[in-house]
Amino acid sequence: MPTIDKTMDAAAVVSRLRNGMTLGIGGWGPRRKPMALVREILRSDLTDLTLVSYGGPDVGMLCAAGKVRKLVFAFVSLDEIPLEPWFRKSREAGAIEVLELDEGMFQWGLKAAAFSVPFLPTRVGLGTDLLDLGALKTVTSPYDDGEVLVAMPALKLDAALIHVHRADRRGNIQALGPDTYYDDWFAKAADECFASCEELVDAMEVSYPQDVKANLFERCFVTGVAETPGGAHPTTMPPAYGWDMGWLKKYAAAAKAPGDWNAVAEWVVSASEADYLATVGGPEGVAALPLPVF
Amino acid sequence: MGATLAELCIVACAEAFRTSREIIATGIGPIPRLGAGLARLTHSPGLMMTDGEAFLVEQPVPLGATGGERPAPAGYLPFSRFFDSAVWTGRRHAMVTPTQIDRFGQTNLSALGGTHAQPKVQMLGARGFPGNAIYHPNSMFIPAHSPRVFVAGEVDRVSSPGYNPARRVPGGNYGSIDLRRIVTDLCVMDFGGPDHAIRVVSLHPGVTFAQVQDATGFELIDAVEGETPLPGEEQLALIERLDPRGFRARVLKDNPPAERGAS
Repeated sequence: MPTIDKTMDAAAVVSRLRNGMTLGIGGWGPRRKPMALVREILRSDLTDLTLVSYGGPDVGMLCAAGKVRKLVFAFVSLDEIPLEPWFRKSREAGAIEVLELDEGMFQWGLKAAAFSVPFLPTRVGLGTDLLDLGALKTVTSPYDDGEVLVAMPALKLDAALIHVHRADRRGNIQALGPDTYYDDWFAKAADECFASCEELVDAMEVSYPQDVKANLFERCFVTGVAETPGGAHPTTMPPAYGWDMGWLKKYAAAAKAPGDWNAVAEWVVSASEADYLATVGGPEGVAALPLPVF
Repeated sequence: MGATLAELCIVACAEAFRTSREIIATGIGPIPRLGAGLARLTHSPGLMMTDGEAFLVEQPVPLGATGGERPAPAGYLPFSRFFDSAVWTGRRHAMVTPTQIDRFGQTNLSALGGTHAQPKVQMLGARGFPGNAIYHPNSMFIPAHSPRVFVAGEVDRVSSPGYNPARRVPGGNYGSIDLRRIVTDLCVMDFGGPDHAIRVVSLHPGVTFAQVQDATGFELIDAVEGETPLPGEEQLALIERLDPRGFRARVLKDNPPAERGAS
């Protein structure tokens, strides 16, 4: 009997991506980012990307490395370090094109893409600069109310990257933790979604059937799964581990001095994921990072 | 020892949150957050609040609380349902600290100067400001009242909409724009003037209207009814309970007393 096996490694995920594509990255700021996959992109020749992200260090790094042509964003932040310094440098140099959105419009655009409609109406954006600067158009209700609304265009993704706690070979994923943000809508808005995971198991029904409600979306939305323990570092991945704010502070400071991406890429990215993890205490060191207190 | 100016501001922020409704109160930053907590524990029991992450709590989380100091969750409100539950249904009042505010109540959190393609200073981005202001009540807390915050003309980027008629599309529904209070280190203001013009409604002890006007880039309406009330004993005790580590002492420069000139 034929079986489905979606397992691959991070390099294989990146080999499925193409220059110029629109890439969604799940998570939120410095939370639940598929950083092992981002680091693999940084090791590759991939370029000219349109990034769609609730931005954290993923955006800062990819912008700094010159991988980004256009960014679709509502914010880019490292939380305790409110402004992402590498992103700021790119913006203040005029190096990237942007579509700036409201956080809610952003997820609305992912939902439009998931449902294959060209736009979804909303009041959000009215009265702000986002409409003019983003060339967003309005639409008039065809019903008696005649209300004029913003037509939030679908944010159709060629591919999406997310990081989850568990996956099995067929692509059944489990996303634990208090909040999964909009990872499910990234997956559904994309032609292909690749999920890196802390732990890969053969069959979810054997290993973790008791946690089935953590199956955030169905396996038909998953193209590939890659096991990358500690793969969200330096971002927080509750309940497994917290963010590495010490690392993020060093990364942020490096935007000022030396301020040159090429001079820091060696320790920010490393030659391989194993090399990278070795610099932060290995998967055990990552697993020991305490959860942040809000 | 008398109350500090920070504590007076917390009470003024709590007053801004006063409501009989059941809505989410979001205070971003120590003073607004303590104000929301104080409102919840005194005059506005309907207010709902999160633990700063994904859970709703019935006791405000004290600032910096860890482990067993944190109240047990009573409900669930993750970001993944924040827009459908809180923001886009109008069931929220947020108090935020934008970088710029203009006479229309428009705010900027996005960028300063330059062009959209190449801003002089890139800030956070619009975040949720456009949706917040079009859908639910909002207030603001400004720790250092100055013309750099309260700008002449318009803000550099309009992140959240206000009452500017030039920014309104015919047929658009702006009926839920509801800007309530601006609490600063000098005074409390509201939007109660003609066409929602900004008025000074109370001055903190020892502050004059002229002083506030001098620190503001646009013309204010003098609707001062008196001094901003000093915190009472019960309020101070609750503030201490919500901030046992004293984060509130670090918000305003030199942590001055509420009654200026007092020692």
